[in-house]
Amino acid sequence: MDNYEVCEHDVIVIGAGGAGLRAAIEASKEGVSVGLVCKSLLGKAHTVMAEGGVAAALAYADDRDNWQIHFRDTMRGGKMLNNWRMAQLHAQEAPDRVKELEEWGALFDRLPDGRISQRNFGGHRYPRLAHVGDRTGLEMIRTLQNHGIHQGIQVYMECTIVELLKEGDRIAGAIGYWRETGVFVVFRAKAVVLCTGGIGKAFRVTSNSWEYTGDGQALAYRAGADLIDMEFVQFHPTGMIWPPSVQGILVTEGVRGDGGILQNSKGERFMFNYIPEMFAAETADTEEEAARWLKGDKHARRPPDLLTRDVVARAIRSEVRAGRGSPHGGAFLNVYSQLPAEVIRKRLPSMYHQFKKLGDVDITSQPMEVGPTAHYVMGGIRVNPDTQESTVQGLFAAGEAAAGLHGANRLGGNSLSDLLVFGKRAGEYAAKYAKDRSSGPRIDEGQVREAQQTALAPFEGNGTENPYTLLRDLQTVMEEGAGIVRNKADLEQGLENLKKLVARHRDVKVEGSRHFNPGWHYAVDLRNLMTVSQAVALCALNREESRGGHTREDHPDSVTKWEQVNSVVRLRNGEMQLEHARRPDMPDELKALLTLPEGA
Amino acid sequence: MADARLKVFRGTIEGGALKDYQVPVFEGMVVLDAIHHIQAHDAPDLACRWNCKAGKCGSCSAEVNGKPSLMCMTRMDSLPAGRPIVVEPMRRFPLIRDLVTDVSWNYEINKRIKPFKPKPREADGTYRMQQMDVERIQEFHKCIECFLCQDTCHVLRDHRRYEFAGPRFMIRLATLAMHPLDTENRLREIKDQFGVGYCNITKCCTEVCPEDIHITDNAIIPLKERVAGEFYDPLAWLWRLVRGKKADQRSEVH
Repeated sequence: MDNYEVCEHDVIVIGAGGAGLRAAIEASKEGVSVGLVCKSLLGKAHTVMAEGGVAAALAYADDRDNWQIHFRDTMRGGKMLNNWRMAQLHAQEAPDRVKELEEWGALFDRLPDGRISQRNFGGHRYPRLAHVGDRTGLEMIRTLQNHGIHQGIQVYMECTIVELLKEGDRIAGAIGYWRETGVFVVFRAKAVVLCTGGIGKAFRVTSNSWEYTGDGQALAYRAGADLIDMEFVQFHPTGMIWPPSVQGILVTEGVRGDGGILQNSKGERFMFNYIPEMFAAETADTEEEAARWLKGDKHARRPPDLLTRDVVARAIRSEVRAGRGSPHGGAFLNVYSQLPAEVIRKRLPSMYHQFKKLGDVDITSQPMEVGPTAHYVMGGIRVNPDTQESTVQGLFAAGEAAAGLHGANRLGGNSLSDLLVFGKRAGEYAAKYAKDRSSGPRIDEGQVREAQQTALAPFEGNGTENPYTLLRDLQTVMEEGAGIVRNKADLEQGLENLKKLVARHRDVKVEGSRHFNPGWHYAVDLRNLMTVSQAVALCALNREESRGGHTREDHPDSVTKWEQVNSVVRLRNGEMQLEHARRPDMPDELKALLTLPEGA
Repeated sequence: MADARLKVFRGTIEGGALKDYQVPVFEGMVVLDAIHHIQAHDAPDLACRWNCKAGKCGSCSAEVNGKPSLMCMTRMDSLPAGRPIVVEPMRRFPLIRDLVTDVSWNYEINKRIKPFKPKPREADGTYRMQQMDVERIQEFHKCIECFLCQDTCHVLRDHRRYEFAGPRFMIRLATLAMHPLDTENRLREIKDQFGVGYCNITKCCTEVCPEDIHITDNAIIPLKERVAGEFYDPLAWLWRLVRGKKADQRSEVH
């Protein structure tokens, strides 16, 4: 057996984006010993790339806002598939979590009266997103990081976790390796919190970095936990599409929130043709009304450019299919005709910089070319809405790795608030769980050995598969089989192709040593990515309707019976099993909020 | 388009050399694309850090043709055509492998800075600040911790005076010093522990900052002035003597 180091903590948090940092801070506050493990350097996780803002019904920018309307917007945006309790807690607690960040040093943009400013975003009825220009995520992660390093948390950077360890039915810790040396390390812990983010790397065009390989979801799945709603993948409508180098890089929804409009090659504002019935009552139906809204007329309804992401992404795709796309197969996003140049540079500095430097486009005088990019997975680890504990004892999850809050489609800005609200809850309850257990768990050497053998297999044998080629092939399979618009035949073919890829992955071979070897790192991560890809395709094949981020061209409508169930995936007897579980009933007082009268 | 030639450093602390690679060039290509191409086709174990590929995370710092740069924001067509592109790790930090260096020293420095200590909230539970006051610190908050300023700073790079915390942490200290809500005084540490006096204002850090933060003008010089005012100004010293205040106490922050 390979040597390994041992680190012991009451609680281990895996992943150091916003959710992981917030969970670690809260667990530490509870007085337990906390270790925080991350694949990259601290402060580089995907939260850093979040742009537009954090949604919280502070009611500073518009005093008509409150948690009830935020709850309603979240449920409607999620096409009613959300876990109602999570949506409730989220809407209720987000304002306090945002205010708390100010106490830790965050500096949000201000209103003239000195309070936090809030911007408009898709699907949010009122201006709700606290923000810092278009780099809100950077502000949040740095604030949490600089606060977190003084809370007695032990941070383990550049460490990849390869397997969770169990003692009987409960969690006993995790095993990973240091990316720098390739040496293994066992974290013995009473509770583990997974905050590993999403699965974006399953798609070629994505806003996600190399890290987003579904590690948390796959680790939990292999440890016996349930995953839910994996068919719901969000394609953000506005990613950069040209030049090739930047394909997929995010263009914040804040561009539209601040007034930007979508146009096709004929210069038409095509979003007026794609207003779903559910949103018709509160969406402007003329350009004149949309223009009044931008000027601040409180009686004007919101422009259709700010419909939810699933709607906008499908609309852009339809325009391209109809031959009205931009030269590189997307739509035009135009903010220069809506706002003065100096305002654009001030409110959207990083968009200005990004297009100027990487795309040779000056957004203060030219339109941007944008198209859908894989951005976020609504599905993930099934958790208890209050405690964030998964279906495995002692295993918790928060942020993108967990599921429930966003249902079938996430509203922009609800991710940064999600990770604060549920990061805190996960940390709190993981610490409480650990405190209730006096003795530390026992580490099973057999499990350690097996995890090591699996991780080292790419160095052994006579395999011929290159990890980079496998990754590219996986992305092609997912884009063709389980992309933005799906059908039965493509999904079945996709699942077949995934099986072949899993077989090829057994023959993956890496060159060189264990010393900071990215080829090896990819080979290890690919295993997780394949598992979550299979879960996405399997759930998508079996949900015979269209809803939010899941669009079936052979079942184009939303069907009431499917609104009642979540897709649940679990590992049993070595096989991926799918079950459709009935969703918990919503209490009447919350149901009443969904049909709030206009202007309430 | 023609292929590009690259010379990429390959090696460890025990030794290494520049190795030649050839990659196809496409429109809008950046140096990080070239590195990814090399990994996928020629050298799967070529070590490099990266994350966002959009200049927002500060992971892919390296020296391109000798200049500290983010590889993801360095366009191939911005570099002289016909000459090989030389890509090396940041020289200031100990090498781990290929383009990856050990930047842990920065994280240690950060821990030594006394944390933010806010004043109490207003009666209505809010903090009120004017956008103008917030903006001058927001400039510093743009820092993505790429550590290119630390790499280029000659106090650290050439003179190896690690009593100086470096431009990155001058920014961080300035942020705290100018924060409208902060109540902590860190001037003695800025002088003694973090060595603001070592900076002789050559502005190399400002030149390499990918976020265009005016590190020297807006952060380091104001910190130097505050330290001078606190510890070296005879009038201020006399005034404090008369008023019975100790130099350690906060006398000037805003």
